[in-house]
Amino acid sequence: MPGLIGKKIGMTSVFSADGKNVPCTVIEAGPCVVTQVKKMDSDGYEAVQLAFDEKREKSTNKPEAGHFKKAGTSPKAKLVEFKEFEDEFNLGDIISVDIIEEDSFVDICGISKGKGFQGVVKRYGFSGVGGQTHGQQDRDRAPGSLGASSTPSRVFKGMRMAGRTGGERVKVDNLRVLKVIPESNLLLIKGSVPGAKGSYLIIEK
Amino acid sequence: MDLIKVAQEAFNEGIKEVPEFGAGDTVSVHYKIKEGTKERIQVFRGVVIQVKGHGNNKRFTVRKVSNNVGIERIFPIRSPFIDKIEVNRKGKVRRARIYYFRKLTGKKARIKEKRV
Repeated sequence: MPGLIGKKIGMTSVFSADGKNVPCTVIEAGPCVVTQVKKMDSDGYEAVQLAFDEKREKSTNKPEAGHFKKAGTSPKAKLVEFKEFEDEFNLGDIISVDIIEEDSFVDICGISKGKGFQGVVKRYGFSGVGGQTHGQQDRDRAPGSLGASSTPSRVFKGMRMAGRTGGERVKVDNLRVLKVIPESNLLLIKGSVPGAKGSYLIIEK
Repeated sequence: MDLIKVAQEAFNEGIKEVPEFGAGDTVSVHYKIKEGTKERIQVFRGVVIQVKGHGNNKRFTVRKVSNNVGIERIFPIRSPFIDKIEVNRKGKVRRARIYYFRKLTGKKARIKEKRV
């Protein structure tokens, strides 16, 4: 899908035209630079590689520096490939927020906030074991049975248990675009978006 | 933080200036009410108990006593339903949040006027 790379700035709320106080996320989206155009002949598929956010020259290694030099741009921190762009692009072209229309819907992909080692109640939405009365104790947030006894005499692979939670790629579909502010490259999305403030987001049309 | 302000300002068009007021002041809030397709304005007059939040998120609580029942309403200051806010009286109070005012009735429930 065509799209661009952005950065989560934070959340606020605005009053909509019908007077409702709407929660919204502010995203700094683009401008993104085209750093590579992949073609069917040379790469086996068609895509456009976009780059976003400045990076220090000092922390850019030589292969990367060469890649950015070829596109005629300063080093960038985040590179993402997008497919199915309608227009043809050349190296060094700039794509900014105005490709996204107001009141349209976008899909947003980010890395969710890390939650550390969590139990099954938080991690998978289990309801814990039993009630809180009738002599029950210490089992409120327990996972319950892991399986049958002598057959199969083992726990099946992939059984949902406690462990590291969050910090994974999450995509949220059909988020409404409340406003696009091209002067300051801002995108206002209704509702929340995965990830911490300052984390990179992939915005797909 | 600054970019959030930029985003908020994009929605600030047509927002009216609001007079300054604080706890202890008597205000009349002209509030638009939609009934089906008709729109009318209701006036809610009372004493400001507190002003909370800042920026677009600022809201204030107004208390009035009607039929011996205390009524408190919280208004977001930027709400498009607020037609206008009139400050009828400046009150002289020592606190920013006059919660004690809720317990006062009769002659005790009076606030001295602030002379400017």
